[in-house]
Amino acid sequence: MKLESKIPAGPLAEKWSKHKFNLKLVNPANKRKYDIIVVGTGLAGASAAASLGELGYNVKAFCFQDSPRRAHSIAAQGGINAAKNYQNDGDSIYRLFYDTIKGGDYRAREGNVHRLAEVSVSIIDQCVAQGVPFAREYGGLLANRSFGGSQVSRTFYARGQTGQQLLLGAYSALNRQISNGKVKMYNRTEMLDVVIVDGKARGIITRDLVTGKIESHSAHAVVLCTGGYGNVFYLSTNAKNSNVTAAWRAHKKGALFGNPCFTQIHPTCIPVSGDHQSKLTLMSESLRNDGRVWTPKVAVKGLKAKDAAKIGEADRDYFLERRYPSFGNLVPRDVASRNAKMVCDEGRGVGATGLAVFLDFADAIKRDGRKTIEAKYGNLFDMYQQITGDNPYDMPMMIFPAVHYTMGGLWVDYNLMTSVPGLYALGEANFSDHGANRLGASALMQGLADGYFVIPYTIGDYLAGLPWEKIGTDRPEFKEAIDKVNTRVNKLLSIKGKKTVDEFHRELGLTMWEYCGMSRNEPGLKKAKTKIQALRKEFWENVTVLGSATELNHELEKAGRVADFMELGELMVDDALSRSESCGGHFREESATPDGEAMRKDDEFTYVSAWEYKGENQQEELHKELLIFENVKLTQRSYK
Amino acid sequence: MKINLKVWRQKGQNTKGGFKTYNVDHVSPDMSFLEMFDILNTDLIKKNEEPVAFDHDCREGICGMCSMYINGHPHGPQQTATCQLHMRTFNDGDTITVEPWRAKAFPVIKDLVVDRSAFDRIQQAGGFVSVNTGGVPDGNEIPVPKKVADEAMDAATCIGCGACVAACKNASAMLFVSAKVAQFALLPQGQPERKDRAERMVAQMDAEGFGSCTNTYACEAECPKDIKVTNIARMNREYFSAMLTSYEVKTSGGGD
Repeated sequence: MKLESKIPAGPLAEKWSKHKFNLKLVNPANKRKYDIIVVGTGLAGASAAASLGELGYNVKAFCFQDSPRRAHSIAAQGGINAAKNYQNDGDSIYRLFYDTIKGGDYRAREGNVHRLAEVSVSIIDQCVAQGVPFAREYGGLLANRSFGGSQVSRTFYARGQTGQQLLLGAYSALNRQISNGKVKMYNRTEMLDVVIVDGKARGIITRDLVTGKIESHSAHAVVLCTGGYGNVFYLSTNAKNSNVTAAWRAHKKGALFGNPCFTQIHPTCIPVSGDHQSKLTLMSESLRNDGRVWTPKVAVKGLKAKDAAKIGEADRDYFLERRYPSFGNLVPRDVASRNAKMVCDEGRGVGATGLAVFLDFADAIKRDGRKTIEAKYGNLFDMYQQITGDNPYDMPMMIFPAVHYTMGGLWVDYNLMTSVPGLYALGEANFSDHGANRLGASALMQGLADGYFVIPYTIGDYLAGLPWEKIGTDRPEFKEAIDKVNTRVNKLLSIKGKKTVDEFHRELGLTMWEYCGMSRNEPGLKKAKTKIQALRKEFWENVTVLGSATELNHELEKAGRVADFMELGELMVDDALSRSESCGGHFREESATPDGEAMRKDDEFTYVSAWEYKGENQQEELHKELLIFENVKLTQRSYK
Repeated sequence: MKINLKVWRQKGQNTKGGFKTYNVDHVSPDMSFLEMFDILNTDLIKKNEEPVAFDHDCREGICGMCSMYINGHPHGPQQTATCQLHMRTFNDGDTITVEPWRAKAFPVIKDLVVDRSAFDRIQQAGGFVSVNTGGVPDGNEIPVPKKVADEAMDAATCIGCGACVAACKNASAMLFVSAKVAQFALLPQGQPERKDRAERMVAQMDAEGFGSCTNTYACEAECPKDIKVTNIARMNREYFSAMLTSYEVKTSGGGD
């Protein structure tokens, strides 16, 4: 199989404009003859469904939540990048492009990333026009802040709820199209398969989560905007119901999966408090601007935050400041995460579980006064206290890294089409744009770029070459897919074993976290593979799912998702095994500098891994898309 | 901790429901209220009893999906979403009563899960600015005074959970609807459709069967996001002024 990225030729800055001109158009009068399915209603899905409806296509949109407004984009806190250069501080499209490529540790396509930087400016205009209440200065103009170690202030924000406001903007545009009859919305409906007819994606199979009814929907194209798969780790900052099922089903129907092992682990999350823990909560990384990260030099078992003051200055190890004197506590996410794990592995972690480090504001409060710190971080401090019961004004916070975002996803070309014709993937669901590591405030940018400004152009090019005759859902391809879905649902209900779905999910998560998390090595990964295979086998013999298929049944929903997570987990391990270099969020212990820092191997690994499904229990096949850098020079990161 | 739970169980929309009592042992004060329900459900599954259905998703207080009516308060004793309520708020041995949102416009689907699609339909009636993607002015073309932007943001933080409806003895949705009306009435982008929007959204709210405002401010007292009743006052002004001065009254269909 040859992977065609379809990056247009020509100078970087002209690629997208030229490409847009070369794309075929669908006559306005013909657009209403085409049906498009959009799965997921987060930033990518809601913006795509709304924009495609505005153009005149007939759109069917699906979400498993009770309302499209609840998609997990809603939880993004920090902000959205755009190369507006409103601050006159030297930002430009090229600088945003460069920062994103470098931040991704040179594992993303130049062409895609430059397009992202280009359309970033239009996103802000669009959101403002929709009535998104961005933060503003006293003169009435838009406010910016610097984010995630960036040298320029290009991040637009709406308090600590930027994702919420952008999503509600996209949701409002979607609502307008629903009310105009151009989008038909299906809430509480989960996609369980893609239907391929004559090699093209022509529909999906869904389950109505309230009635349990399995249904077919046909269309001319299918757009998956179904988010990331961080919940493969069980504990992550993802919403509880976020899952990989739609993307995984597409993968099993022929869509290649790109860079599955590229996971972003965020350093500042609230630590696990016990076995009951169901999810992890992110604390904005802006806290590291004023907080100092430390643990005791000598292990103190079960050290509580309220006893931290008893450890004298001489007995504390500010390990980030010690190891990285020039960046200190502001080293990038992956470096901060890995170092926290290292000190905990040495037994110097704090808290009841020993899996936490202190983030201390005592010096900042002494220096700037409590009022200043309160103004900067008041809401975060309140949130921390709400969850942990500790008051961070009086004692240090405890933090630990947690899975936050997955850079990997369905492989797509420049048009955002997967390797299955007519099947598209947008936002976190695809692999593109962030390489091996995503910069802060770039996820919102990519989701909206794909939905508002890329797919409306590129999908027309495909549809223009497709006859507008609809195909019936009575075709054998639909019936076969329905049968398969039904068989699987009934199988899950019939096992009647001893272990709950959550127990399997937790076990999978622990294995993934231990061996395919912040730092990986070959023996560990091999062990993980064996463990996951055994767990999968046990699952299909010993899982228990009560209730029936014809009613609201959360356990049944979870069971299907966990079954898919287990298969994905194995692929992630395979991918991590095959990439024996350290890059971005992927740290391979075998590939480190003498002082233990990540070392990329550009000669061997400057490619995208794209995995092809080969059948049940078969080893997947790795295809490589070589990355070509014509504009930037590859350098090793250093934060010493 | 040991907790006694009285939980509303209802098989489906058209079946009669009732309270069932459960004891949950080994509750840690550090658990969230929903994690305590996870424990309950695991216990039930192990005993071959069907787990309690409840809505939840982000578990960080922003998606608005969780919706438990706890000891007579939406989301429980604190002004947070249910997922942010922690067991340290309760005492060992407490009996806690948990019900679904109670409102005619929010029919029960199962156990603690209700249908809130009425909220979506109200938003579809006018909760938007009619702009297509592309062709909009530069973001800094129209300055918005900081105070105005901040007030619009205060209203826009509504998470659409429906606690205001559950708190109100008339099951009124005025706080929810007014938050959106106020956001757009304040911002310059919302001006062209200001009158239509207020009329349409109020008409849809009435059509969904929500009650009238009781002026008791229970909605504000229970709102996890601190949405103020002054938004309701603003919506009333918007609505009356629109009724008196608008060109025509449309009651269905969105903007083109």
